[in-house]
Amino acid sequence: MSAHSHAHDDHHGDGGAGHGTFNSYMIGFILSVILTAIPFWLVMDGVLDSKIATALWIMGLGVVQIIVHMVYFLHMNTKSEGGWNMLALIFTLVIVAIAIAGSMWVMYHLNTNMMPQMDHEMIRSFG
Amino acid sequence: MTMANNTAAQTEMPVFYLKEEHHPETGTMLGFWIYLMSDSLIFGILFATYAVIGQNYAAGPAPTDLFDLELVAINTSMLLFSSITYGFAMLQMEKGSIAGTQLWLAITGLFGAAFVGLELYEFHELWSLGATPMRSGFLSAFYTLVATHGLHVTFGIIWLVTLMIQVAKHGLIPANKRRLMCLSMFWHFLDVIWIGVFSVVYLLGVLG
Repeated sequence: MSAHSHAHDDHHGDGGAGHGTFNSYMIGFILSVILTAIPFWLVMDGVLDSKIATALWIMGLGVVQIIVHMVYFLHMNTKSEGGWNMLALIFTLVIVAIAIAGSMWVMYHLNTNMMPQMDHEMIRSFG
Repeated sequence: MTMANNTAAQTEMPVFYLKEEHHPETGTMLGFWIYLMSDSLIFGILFATYAVIGQNYAAGPAPTDLFDLELVAINTSMLLFSSITYGFAMLQMEKGSIAGTQLWLAITGLFGAAFVGLELYEFHELWSLGATPMRSGFLSAFYTLVATHGLHVTFGIIWLVTLMIQVAKHGLIPANKRRLMCLSMFWHFLDVIWIGVFSVVYLLGVLG
């Protein structure tokens, strides 16, 4: 029994979270450098004419880079900690998405429905 | 009879029960992951705040007037380099090399300190232009979000120095390895948050 549990320990130690190889770290690092350089280049050199297209590229590349960091640096996968890591992450993402999207949605409508002609001059005259 | 019962019970025992009993470290890593997720909620709310009031300039400076993208790019690379050097520290730890671990931890700490230093320099520059947190809703949200991240990095550096002293005193004992793995997750997590900061605050801000 003790021999079995020891062997099990060793096996788990090899496959658990927090372990990477030199190659996996380097792949993650090179991908991160590329994924960081592209959005900075797009904005600093004004590569694309369309601001919306540039913004979408920035957000898209950001999401990809976050996934790269999760996989290569944080060693996330669906099996780590018996799936509980992934479950906690999904739960967090849902809560954060509701909080950010909900706040923006509510406050956008609040701004749109505010008193008309409430510009900076008027705000200043109140003070 | 008792023996037979025990054996029967053990074969029928659910796998997860055995795992928990034999892996106290696993519990720490999962617990620390839950902490990081709760920290994500804090940052999520700060991002939401920035998204809502980040456009309220109160006739004051806008991101295009303030942000120096070259400085931000250098800052970002400091944090990226510190991520890979922490990875090297972890590889040295797995090899069992105390000197190698300490060397890469020290380099990571220096990159982290450079990041915090550049951020303080940036804040100082903004402050001298009159762009203080009190100036507008945009600047309040900006300083809250970016400085919360900067404070995390600062405490990460304090933690890193503490662990270097621990490793120097006690070597790479299992407890220190566990602590180094927790800090590894913390450090890489801060890099993930920074991806959001430079994308949303700096790049989208300068884009206008």
